[in-house]
This record gives sequence, C-alpha cells and structure tokens, in this order.
Amino acid sequence: MDHMLRNEENLLSKIATNDGHGENSAYFDGWKAYDADPYHPTKNPNGVIQMGLAENQLAFDLVQEWVRNNPKASICTAEGVDDFKDIAIYQDYHGLPEFRNAVARFMGRVRGNRVRFDPDRIVMSGGATGAQETLAFCLADPGDAFLVPTPYYPGNDRDLTWRTGVRLLHVVCESSNDFKITRHALESAYNKAQEANIRVKGLLLNNPSNPLGTVLDREALTDSLAFTNDKNIHLICDEIYSATVFSQPDFISIAEIAQENVNCRRDMIHIVYSLSKDLGFPGFRVGVVYSYNDTVVNCARKMSSFGLVSTQTQRLIALMLSDDVFVDKFLSESVKRLGTRHGFLSRGLAQVGIGSLNSNAGLYCWMDLRRLLKEPTFEAEMELWRVIINEVKLNVSPGASFHCSEPGWFRVCFANMDDETMRVALGRIHKFVAQKKGGEASSRRQCRRSKLEISLSFRRLDEIMSPHHSPMSSPMVRART
Amino acid sequence: MTIEIERPSVGLSKVAVSETHCEKSPYFAGWRAYDENPYDELCNPSGVIQMGLAENQVSLDLVEKYLQKPADNGSTTVGFRENALFQDYHGLQAFRKAMASFMEQIRGGRAKFDPDRVVITAGATAANELLTFILADPGDAMLIPTPYYPGFDRDLRWRTGANIVPVHCDSSNDFDITPEALEAAYREAESKNIKVRGMLITNPSNPLGITIKRSTLEDILDFVTRKNIHLVSDEIFSGSAFSSEDFVSVAEIVEARNYEDSERVHIVYSLSKDLGLPGFRVGTIYSYNDKVVTTARRMSSFTLISSQTQHLLALMLSDKSFTENYIKTNRQRLKKRYQKIIDGLKGVGIECLRGNAGLFCWMNLSSLLEKPTKEQELALWKLILHEVKINISPGSSCHCSEPGWFRVCFANMSEQTLEVALRRIHEFMDRRNNVKSFDVYSSDQLFSS
Repeated sequence: MDHMLRNEENLLSKIATNDGHGENSAYFDGWKAYDADPYHPTKNPNGVIQMGLAENQLAFDLVQEWVRNNPKASICTAEGVDDFKDIAIYQDYHGLPEFRNAVARFMGRVRGNRVRFDPDRIVMSGGATGAQETLAFCLADPGDAFLVPTPYYPGNDRDLTWRTGVRLLHVVCESSNDFKITRHALESAYNKAQEANIRVKGLLLNNPSNPLGTVLDREALTDSLAFTNDKNIHLICDEIYSATVFSQPDFISIAEIAQENVNCRRDMIHIVYSLSKDLGFPGFRVGVVYSYNDTVVNCARKMSSFGLVSTQTQRLIALMLSDDVFVDKFLSESVKRLGTRHGFLSRGLAQVGIGSLNSNAGLYCWMDLRRLLKEPTFEAEMELWRVIINEVKLNVSPGASFHCSEPGWFRVCFANMDDETMRVALGRIHKFVAQKKGGEASSRRQCRRSKLEISLSFRRLDEIMSPHHSPMSSPMVRART
Repeated sequence: MTIEIERPSVGLSKVAVSETHCEKSPYFAGWRAYDENPYDELCNPSGVIQMGLAENQVSLDLVEKYLQKPADNGSTTVGFRENALFQDYHGLQAFRKAMASFMEQIRGGRAKFDPDRVVITAGATAANELLTFILADPGDAMLIPTPYYPGFDRDLRWRTGANIVPVHCDSSNDFDITPEALEAAYREAESKNIKVRGMLITNPSNPLGITIKRSTLEDILDFVTRKNIHLVSDEIFSGSAFSSEDFVSVAEIVEARNYEDSERVHIVYSLSKDLGLPGFRVGTIYSYNDKVVTTARRMSSFTLISSQTQHLLALMLSDKSFTENYIKTNRQRLKKRYQKIIDGLKGVGIECLRGNAGLFCWMNLSSLLEKPTKEQELALWKLILHEVKINISPGSSCHCSEPGWFRVCFANMSEQTLEVALRRIHEFMDRRNNVKSFDVYSSDQLFSS
C-alpha cells in the first residue's frame, strides 16, 4: 500500500481541489457514454453517435490535398528540412512574422476584407482556451466579474474562472425573442452585480454564438459596445466560428464596428480567435488574442510564454494561409458544405415536429425539445437527455450545461461526422419520436383503465431512463465541446 | 467639432500592471542589447555575441539527418486529419510512451517511467507554472536553492500569486544544498508567516552546470517529507550531463525507497535543451501523485502540445537507434565544448565552478570586483556587454548571494563563434592586466558604466 501524504486534502491548492475544472458536471456523462460505446458503421452500428462535439470535419479533403501538394510546409520532408533548424530553435514569443502576417490576412479575408488586422497585435495562445484565460488574467482581478449572455459554451466557466478567480455573471436571454441580447438584460445583469458589490470588468460575447448558431446583428453589436463604453468596462468578442457562416445574414465582426465608430473606446475591445473551428485544426492549438489595447497586447504576449504555438505548426499555418487560392476555395467550399449539412439536419428534425432555432452559422443546431419534456423543469430535461443517450444512443448536449434559463433546449452537432452517420442519427431521432408518440397514446389508454396500470407504465419509463452508467468521475477524454 | 472628455482609462488587472514578469531584469536587458546588435561572422563581426541564452545547437545536425531519412519520418500527410483533430488532453499515447522511454534512456535505465503519468504542457515554462497552481495557494511559497534560473521568478509567481523563498547556497561548498540551508529557509518563511508548500530543484542545475549529489537528493527528500511538502525536480538538462552516470534523478531515489513518500514528488521535463527544440514547446510533468496527474492533465488544456509536433516526436523518440546515438553523441559534444571554454578561460586566469552538465559554465569574476557588491557586479556586467561585446548573465539576476559569478553559455553557437568570444575575453583580460601593471587608470574609471 503506498504511503499517503498526511492530510492529503490540504496538500494541494484550493484551485486543485475545487470543481473549477468543470468536469463533475453531468454534461460529461454523455461523453463517458460515448467513450464506453462509440458508434462505428460496421464494428459497432448500435453504438452512441457523438453529437456533442463541435468540430468541423467537412472540408478536410481540401486541406489534405493542399498538404500533399506543398511538402515544403512540413519541416520533416526533403523539401522543408533545410529550414528545420531555424524553425526548431525559434522561441520568440512574438511568433514567426510570416505566421502573424498570414493569420492577420486570413482573419481579414474571413471578414470579406472589410477590416484589416495588424500582425503586430496578433498574440499567440494555447488555443482559444488559453486566449480566454489570458485575457481574464489581463483584465480582471480575483473576485471581479465578466458578464456573459446565456446560453453559453460550458468551457467558459473553466477558461475564465478556474485559475483566475474571476466570476461569470449571466445576462439572461430567452426564447421569446430568439435568445437575442437585449439592453435590458445587460443592464439588469450589471445592476445585480452592483447590488452584490461585485466589480464588473467586462462583457464577453461569442459571435457567431455557441450554442445558438446565430450571428449578432449590427444593432446588437453597437448596443453592446455602447453599453460597455457607458459602464467603462471591456468588451471581449470570441469570434472563433467566424468562418462558419453559411447563409444570410452576413457575419459582422466587432472589428468592423470598431472601425466604423471613431468615438468608441477602442482600447477596450479584444478579440479571441482560433483555427480549431473554422479550419478544423483543434489538435494544433492555434489560439489568438487580438487586442486594440497596447498594454494588453504586451502583457498577453508575455503571458503567451505559457502557451506558445509550436513553430512547426506556425510554419505550416503560415504557408497554408498565405496561399490565396487555397484559402478562397476552402472558405467558400467549407461554408457550402456546412450549409448543406445544417439544412439536412434541421429539415429532418422538422419532419418529426422538432423545431430548432433559426440559425445560419456554427457547427450545430439549437434544438427545441420542450414539448417532449414531462414537465418544464431541468430535472425533466435531464431525464429526457438520459433517454436520448441511453436509448436513442446519441450524445447531444442539454441546455442546462450551457446555463440556458429555459429547460428543453439541446445542442446537436452536425459537422463532426460523415453523411451516412448523419443519416443514421436522424433515423434514430425519427424512430424515437415515433415511439414516444406511440408510448404517449398507449399511456393515455391505460389511464382510462386504472391508476395502478398508470403507475406501472411510468415505472417502465423510469427503468428505461435510469442511466446505465453511474455518474462516477473518471478521467475525461475531451473536456471541451 | 466634438469636445474630448477625459475618460478614466479602463483598469487592467493587478497581474497585468505588476512587474513580476521580470523583463526589466538584467538577464533580459542583455538579450535586448544582443537583439539590437547581433554578432554575425560575415555581416556583423563586431556585434554582440549571445552567451546569455541556454540553447543547445551542438547536435541539431543529428536531428536533421534523422528527418532526411526516406522512411515514414513524420510526414504530415499520413493521418493528417486524425492528427489535426486530436485534442485529447491525455496527449497521443504513442508520444507519451516515446517520452517515457526517452526519459528512461537518459537515466541509463536506472528509473522507470509510466506513460500514463506523463502530462503534456507547452514547454517547461508552462509545466512549472501549472504545478505551482496545483501545489500552492496565492501567498504560499516554494523554496528554491540559489542561484536559480531567472525565469522562475515569473513562472512560479506572476499569475499564481505564489512566493519564492530562497535556500541560500554559496561557493564555500561548491553551492551544494545543505540541510542547514533548507531549515534556515523554512524558518525564514515561517517567521514571515508564509506557508511553504514545496521545494523546486533544478537538476542538473541552471546556472551552476552541475548535477546534484545523490546524498544531497536524499537529504532533500527527507526534508520535504519531514515538513510534509512537495518536491518538484526540474530535470530539463538531464540529457546534457556530460556522462550518464554523473546524473542521479530523483526518480532513482524514489524507486530505491520503494515509492515511499513518492506522492509528493513531481518531475518536470522538456525537449528544449536536450534535443535543442525550444520552438516546438514540448514540456511534460511526471507525477507520482494520482490527483496531481489528473488535475495537471485538466489544466494542460490551457497549454497542450501541438498534435503535429507530438506525432513527429512520437516517431523520433521511439526510434531507439536514433535516440541512443543522439544521447551519447550530444553528451560527448557538450563535454568537449565545455572543456574548450574552461581551458580558454583558465588561460587568462579565470576560474569556473567545476561543472559536469548543462549548456553553460559558472564563471568566477569576483577577483575583478573592486568591492564584493551587487552594484559592482552589474557594473562589470555592463562593461563586458559594451566593451567585450558578449552578453553573459550576472549572478545577481540568478539570485546568487555572492557577487562576481556569471553564467556563460557555450552551446548556442558554432565553434568558430566560441573561439571569437574567447579571443575577446583574452584581449579584455590582457588590457586589464596591462592597465593594472601600468597603474595608469583608476579602477573606478574602468568600471563606470
């Protein structure tokens, strides 16, 4: 038996022993179910299909073709190895100039070249995860707060608060107006913070939104900017899905608003970006902090020592994103395929009476399952979710994990699988809805018979809904959406 | 015309405005002087020679040769898609296995490493910060023997809010870490009401260039056990010990004790020094504590290694014929380089601490100081920077308690450049000695900055 540290609980820090990593949330049970029983078309056709992971896999063939045709981009090929030494020893936290130039150009291109990004304001980070945390460290002290509109990406809780000691306060958005951010909601959240003596340091927007898949219109952006200027707080815009906008309305970046509004406090605007979603390279850990504030740029750059991008990867990205022909082709083809996939899913859901929020961006649909809830509570949402995981064998993400204020909404990802898997998933949803309708009808007939029989049928439903896996904590495979 | 109204600037955090990033230290100032006027054999032969950067370029040709091999050598088209999508914070299993095996080889097979205890981070910089977040609360302290790598001031303190309490070592016993010094440091922390959570050692030591003796490691492990605190052993230079037998890893001590008290032991490693790949950001934490492994893994989300790089290194480091040859050859070349600089310095009467590892030597210029003070040391440093045109690191930037010591790096340049540097030092010392014998100038003038 190994000798244990005396009083082990006291021997690690508070950060190490609290739940700030976010993995004890029930949200991760879906992941565990998938990991234990992953779908495969031939080897495990009855396995769980992963629809809880916002990844963009639809245009990889284009990237693979580019890589094949550009061996110089890799420093491990005969064509590229001459540059190996210079790349391998380069550890300057400014990053390779060609990398920053290429990323700045790419970001401009994604915005239709309506704005120009300054390569000297591009700061590297360990993915957007690292970028968010870095900005929190730069802008807020422990105990300070950022306002975040709900529903929002669960990773924000970990990224912005775990090691920083910063808090997140919700700006509640509702389905009654398609979850749009209202001035009223912003003011309400800010006032609540004031009353509780919590210092608000900034507003975090995610545009396009995860999990909604919608873009902010010009009015919402200008209002948000006016709000932050008025309260003298920072505005952080996470634009990680900027190149996933597949239909109207157009994506408008905060960079454009900053450009148009000469009187705005530009030094309070900061953008988070990454190549994980737009390009589909989450493994490469290419995160960007872009700030209009010189002090923040300098500070974030120093902090980037804790999460620099591998120069091997910087070099690959620099060459890839400087290839205008490839970039144009990729951007247009990627959104086309995303649009097609989105249409297939949303129409397929509509066919069985499942609505989803009208969206034009992102890698997911925001699905409305309110009418399938036993009652409009989060407990009922959790029950329904367990049925979907264990019976329908789909890992979708319940709205509660996104801090949605209304139960019954679920995020379902569609870009991390091939067409066939998508069809299988939709088929299972169709079958489930049909069965549920049948089940409800049969349950109504029983109701006319006797109370005892009613309780029997509910017990059968309870048995179906009890999880196969107990929610014990176990090492997580992927702690992000 | 609008009237500009004075708005208060929006506050940044305390962390952002603090100077704990330490970039105003002379350690970094010398880098700037180099950046402004860098030596180049052809284009700028009178520029500043960078001897303040502990980088290993002596064996990169071996890596280049490996990459030129025709077989599957990390080509990015193989499994590109799977690789680009892989963001699992466990890290590629093949990479962890290769890393564990490489660490075992460096230790001559004298310790075993379990791939499932390897946590990946983007460099040792991130690993050390991450461990501090896990082991210490804001205001708590880590003990570090002096002199130590200046970067620790930032890595352990800046964003974590932790403190460093130095364990003073001096030249009287070749800077060995004594039980008395350990106790004294602990008492100092106690007297300031600072809670000590752990100790960080660098073995082989930066800036000393020596391996820590086995008996000292035993003492240190006994000390941390008595105090019920953690031990972090940064073994980033383990592959740069001139002979494998000279280096004793804390892993060997842990195994010899049958893993008793091992749950307080954590090892930091990286490929930035041994393999000369600082740009790739390859760091690892190896912990014998399950909870630390789990938590560190979760935290590594902020600082993962690019899967592209993990893939390349998984292939490279599992190629035993490459690694065995690299480790052996690298040690030989570093030893030869070290001997060259030591002999060169000895030739002009400059002594160094007898080293057996690392990419630098610990040079003693205390006899050149008018008075044994930090100010005199910095004045001498500036003089060397501007007159001799070499950037070396003053001991005070490494928190050395004795003035007059300097760290001089020798592995980040070609042999020719090293010869130029030695020649400049020769000329400087000749001038100085001539001046002394003629007694024309007063030393004050010499040392004025």
